[in-house]
Amino acid sequence: MANKIKNYITSLFLWELLKGLRLTGKYLFKRKITVQYPEEKTPQSHRFRGLHALRRYPNGEERCIACKLCEAVCPAVAITIESEARDDGSRRTTKYDIDLTKCIFCGFCEESCPVDSIVETRIFEYHGEKRGDLLMTKPRLLEIGDMVEKQLAEDRAKDALYR
Amino acid sequence: MLDIIYQFISQNVLLPITTILLPVDYQAQALTVLQTVVKILSILVPVLITVAYFTYAERKIIGFIQGRIGPNRVGFFGFSLWGLGQPIADAVKLIVKEIIVPSSSNRALFIMAPILSLAPSLAAWAVIPFDDTKVLANVNAGLLYVLALTSLAVYGVIIAGWASNSKYAFLGAMRSAAQIVSYEIAMGFALVGVLVAAGSLNLGDIVNSQAGSVIHWFWIPLFPLFVIYFISGLAETNRAPFDVAEGESEIVAGFHVEYGGMAFSVFFMAEYANMILIAVLSAIMFCGGWLSPFQGIPGLEDLFTWVPPMFWLLAKTSFFMFLFLWFRATFPRYRYDQIMRLGWKVFIPLTIVWLVVVSALVVTNTPPWFN
Repeated sequence: MANKIKNYITSLFLWELLKGLRLTGKYLFKRKITVQYPEEKTPQSHRFRGLHALRRYPNGEERCIACKLCEAVCPAVAITIESEARDDGSRRTTKYDIDLTKCIFCGFCEESCPVDSIVETRIFEYHGEKRGDLLMTKPRLLEIGDMVEKQLAEDRAKDALYR
Repeated sequence: MLDIIYQFISQNVLLPITTILLPVDYQAQALTVLQTVVKILSILVPVLITVAYFTYAERKIIGFIQGRIGPNRVGFFGFSLWGLGQPIADAVKLIVKEIIVPSSSNRALFIMAPILSLAPSLAAWAVIPFDDTKVLANVNAGLLYVLALTSLAVYGVIIAGWASNSKYAFLGAMRSAAQIVSYEIAMGFALVGVLVAAGSLNLGDIVNSQAGSVIHWFWIPLFPLFVIYFISGLAETNRAPFDVAEGESEIVAGFHVEYGGMAFSVFFMAEYANMILIAVLSAIMFCGGWLSPFQGIPGLEDLFTWVPPMFWLLAKTSFFMFLFLWFRATFPRYRYDQIMRLGWKVFIPLTIVWLVVVSALVVTNTPPWFN
């Protein structure tokens, strides 16, 4: 009975609503945590999975040996590889396409690669303006690899302990 | 300041216009009409600008309460200015957009509905006293007029829901109709309390009868009515936590699902104009209108005599407008049956009880309010 009266009185004086208002009132003056994107950026992990790239060895030889493990593991079936024997007898890809509109950026291709050839870079700000722009071909992937090789090598070295 | 500008305009713009264009017989009447139009514009233009920037304030304040910073990109001439250009950009976008009238809707009603909801909320400003002398229409039944016009807004909502010929719109309209009608009663009783306390329906007289000091204002003797009036005002304007008519998570946008472009934004303007109106009325009826809060305090009173009285009214109004936003950021939406319970089983009995208390206070001439 006494409890019931107490409940009536607290609800009559809007006690709990005032408590709620006090809480939100405090948040009004709290520091804002919004990241102002183009000017500010959140820190990236060295395991960041962004745009794909094909790497080369330091002597300029492309790493990919056309084992097609990435093609097999790709859950979105985004990778298409065709291969042939090169003049010096080594097996190399003639076609290495990644359809970025299919890709889900799971990173399995990178994990499956025995020679660290296909990797995902930290690049995430890119776009396509016409159909086909997001279909990455071998030359384009190699070009991206050449562009960010330094960063890629650093990130791989950082992660080497855990692989 | 405002008086000087007004005198200047009526002397140098309106007077020449009438004397040049019209025959002598009609000049006096035409001048009065033009002067009234200028007065109306001097109220409505600031109100509409406030409506625009109220939306900005809402996004900003709710953002702040949620740990965000709100709009801060759109500015003027390449300066972002904390996003102050946002309402202008929104308005331009909405004006440019096409108004789509659903083929199975009732076209005339569909177009009439937004107008019907905006017009009363703007018309009510006619009786709002900004100052001892600054009031467009000093009518004696001001309180009644305001009550009548704030309840007219529901017709816009109902007609919009009906004319859209869409079930979500209809659901929203039904909810809103029942809600507004229920809260109308509590609101009316709260206003009766003010009427009893002030002994007048004239809003200017109501403010004048609160003169003295902060404790002379009606918010102390009428405190429950004050709270109930403001909460009913929330329900009346369909604002959170009583926004079941819109209920974006339940019925998309309620009564205005089918509206787009300017027709939609007129509904929005009506909602915000109504909020400002409720805020200004709370300030006038319970918080001493244009009276200075330092009135009756020996040293401070003289210190603030240079502040124009209108400033105090606007400051109080801004505070109540802020409360609308604060409530929206704090409270979850009421369930429908809870709204009805609160309106009928809590507010109406409470207001009736407090009416008796107020009447007793008035009859016994209780100081400091009613002596």
